[in-house]
Amino acid sequence: MLNRLLRLILKEFQVALGDKRARLMLIMPVVLQTLVFPFAATLEVKNATLAIYNQDAGQASVELIQRLSRTAAFSTLLMVRDDHALQQAIDGQEALLALRFPADFSCRLSSGAQASVQVLLDGRRSNSGQIAAGYVSSVLQAYAVERGARPASTLSVRNLHNPNLDFKWHVLPSLVAIITTIGCLMVTALSVAREREEGTFDQLLVSPLTPAYIMAGKAVPGVVIAVAQGCFIALAAVWGYGVPFTGSVPLLLTGMVFYGLALAGVGLFISSISENQQQAFLGVFTFMAPAVMLSGYVAPIENMPRFFQWVAFCNPLAYFIPILKGAFLKHYGFADGWALLWPMLAIALVTLTAALRLFRRHIA
Amino acid sequence: MNAGQARQGPAIEIFGLVKRFQAEGAPAIDGISTAIAPGTITGLVGPDGAGKTTLLRSLAGLLQPTEGTLRILGLDPFVQGDALRERLGYMPQKFGLYEDLTVLENLTLYADLRNVTGEARRLAFDRMLAFTDLAPFTGRHAGKLSGGMKQKLGLACSLLGTPEVLLLDEPGVGVDPISRRELWRMVRELAQGGMTVVWSTAYLDEAELCDDVRLMSHGKVLASGAPATLMGQMAGRCLHVTGILAHRREVLKRALRAPEVMDGVIQGANVRLVLREAGRWPELAPWEAGAGAALVEVAPRLEDAFISLLGGGPGGDSALAEMTPTVELDPHVDPHAVIEARQLTKRFGEFAATDDVSFRVSKGEVFGLLGPNGAGKSTTFKMECGLLKPTSGQALVMGIDLKSSPSEARQRLGYMAQKFSLYSQLTVRKNLAFFSGVYGLEGDRQRVKMDEMIVAFALAPYLDTLAADLPLGFKQRLALACAMMHEPQLIFLDEPTSGVDPVTRREFWAHINGLAQKGVTVMVTTHFMDEAEYCDRIGLVYRGRLIALGTPDELKQSVATAERPDPTMEDAFIGLIEEANQ
Repeated sequence: MLNRLLRLILKEFQVALGDKRARLMLIMPVVLQTLVFPFAATLEVKNATLAIYNQDAGQASVELIQRLSRTAAFSTLLMVRDDHALQQAIDGQEALLALRFPADFSCRLSSGAQASVQVLLDGRRSNSGQIAAGYVSSVLQAYAVERGARPASTLSVRNLHNPNLDFKWHVLPSLVAIITTIGCLMVTALSVAREREEGTFDQLLVSPLTPAYIMAGKAVPGVVIAVAQGCFIALAAVWGYGVPFTGSVPLLLTGMVFYGLALAGVGLFISSISENQQQAFLGVFTFMAPAVMLSGYVAPIENMPRFFQWVAFCNPLAYFIPILKGAFLKHYGFADGWALLWPMLAIALVTLTAALRLFRRHIA
Repeated sequence: MNAGQARQGPAIEIFGLVKRFQAEGAPAIDGISTAIAPGTITGLVGPDGAGKTTLLRSLAGLLQPTEGTLRILGLDPFVQGDALRERLGYMPQKFGLYEDLTVLENLTLYADLRNVTGEARRLAFDRMLAFTDLAPFTGRHAGKLSGGMKQKLGLACSLLGTPEVLLLDEPGVGVDPISRRELWRMVRELAQGGMTVVWSTAYLDEAELCDDVRLMSHGKVLASGAPATLMGQMAGRCLHVTGILAHRREVLKRALRAPEVMDGVIQGANVRLVLREAGRWPELAPWEAGAGAALVEVAPRLEDAFISLLGGGPGGDSALAEMTPTVELDPHVDPHAVIEARQLTKRFGEFAATDDVSFRVSKGEVFGLLGPNGAGKSTTFKMECGLLKPTSGQALVMGIDLKSSPSEARQRLGYMAQKFSLYSQLTVRKNLAFFSGVYGLEGDRQRVKMDEMIVAFALAPYLDTLAADLPLGFKQRLALACAMMHEPQLIFLDEPTSGVDPVTRREFWAHINGLAQKGVTVMVTTHFMDEAEYCDRIGLVYRGRLIALGTPDELKQSVATAERPDPTMEDAFIGLIEEANQ
């Protein structure tokens, strides 16, 4: 029977890689996303516009404005002449942030008194606004310290694992997970649906192969393709984008295989409840969107309502992304990764068993 | 009086039509010139790929001809489509019914599109609903209608606005004989009202009902004329071998070797032959048909004329059967119950798709399952080959319940699905390698078997062609090759010949006959009435029940009456179902 299983697997690769269009379907999304994602999906604030209403005529405010204009965050300064224009700049989203220096700003500073600057943020862009406000306040603080002001306490920040807060370091490891998700689900869910449409699935079912073999014949290629795509992006991350790889390679590969198995289970589960490729496609997206949202990639799981934390608990992506980040950035070895590996294996067992049961029921 | 009837001359004229979809290769339509008279039903007859759909789509103005000109009611359908639209009705193979809309909503939509409003609409709907007998179903969703009802609704929708010319693309496909007769009745009425109807079909028996036919093959018209004229040319060339005592399959095989014989098929207990020349009869004695056997001249059919035009049948010898070993069943298997259904029942909710069906198929028997669409034929078939689990009762294959020990029993069965389920993205060679591998053939044995199949089915020129790109006849050959590589003892065939040309169908049945002689048990479903004649026994399924079981001749005799002493298979089919309805 092993030879027959190998035949099934070989056939799957012949179909997936045999003709040009099928090959492109597997390769193009990977290449495109590897090129686009690291640049597009960034939370860093760069090249934003800062609106300034300077009522002060003194030297201190001019100095500060010059310093702010030299940061990477603000490439454009929009000088306005009154409060109304300041409001307009935010309302019209011309500026992310607006500053107002009061008329007595320089005067108070030179007399040794406390001076304040008003910061207006666009709440519609709360995230980038806050990050930009952080940049502004650090510029202001540095200026104050230079002038001899003694702050109550200083905050000394060091960013562990990503010292320069390079956003690519965050995106690329997660991208490994997202791309493999698409690849594996395509091969498992969609290919079974296609066989069903073409009638070859019945042909397999009347053969001596048992449902378990037929499923294995679909799951294995799914995992292999997921691992291949994952490795491609991991290599691109290290060599192309300079993301450090500090952890264990075997851990990374084991993680990919376990994650692939869990996904293959999901894909086969979807395929056994869909009658055609269209339904399978919808099924894949019904799974993908919440899986990515609840993975910790977009927002930390700890911040979610309790119910969603439980859901995330069953989400294989919520374990795979930490493994990837651990292996890339945090020197993870098997000892560190084990706590994340076994839940994926458990999920794989559950999804594959469920898929097999449904598979058997479906032909019944 | 409308313009069409006032015009003189043909309703449709075609001059030197050529349509190419690709710059290279054979054109889909290869130089057709013909004229179609108004107020007639003209059949475009030929297998899939003959160019019927392309011709109809060109006539409907949906395709621009590569060369040549078309005139419908004197207008060019591609250039003057707008002027023609209101006078032309077109019903494509899959008519665009909105399955989530009801019958009435569909009619309303098409009436809106055709600008039939007010009183005219009310009258048209009344007429159409009475005409199609769909009046009781106006509130039903189109998706829930049977195949025949869908076709009738499609026809009704394309008739809104009373076109002068009606183009019908295979309205009879997937429609059982009863619905087909109703469709014919409807179309006949229309033609009598002066409408010009073009009806494309792959069924030659259906084409005999047309006023005029165009026999098509490979984008060309092979012959034109009234069916009676075409059949008349075959007069004196059609014989029955009656009173056969020996095995009729063996007699057919021997008869097809005779140089005088051009073609032959099994027809119930008789063998039907077509001669190369009228008056040159073959010698009966060497066929060893039995003492009472005799040659009797019979009336020709349109299919005979078509086969003759195509250059005769393929002969009766099967290379596949020759290399298939004689089946030796395991001693514990009852040779009278190689396939068995015991009170087989399948329910989907309240609805019983198969209801208490029992039959047994002996070793080497060809058993046919017949029935209208949705009658439970497919459900029964699927349970028998293990694709569906019965609600109650048992589906046994060689005494084994496929559900309890499937793998072992499945190793001995072959299956060929409707539409030739092959991996379309793989080449012929890879398909062969895959299916043999899945059945456990390896190494030299696999190589030898693949080579044998390649020779037996003449697949050599196509080895590196993708299955998707094969001509239909070769797809069918490849599907049969894939199903037979592991030398199964029984084989399930689900509508194995739909859409292929009559010569390829003959060839296919030569293989099946040969296999049956080697002891391979065959279970087949079909829509072709003439194919049912090849079966040793037929089970007729209707409303989930087995309403008749017997040899083709027994079934035919059961509906014989004084005014119809010699009913056809189709008469038997319709008669038995009408009987069950009472």
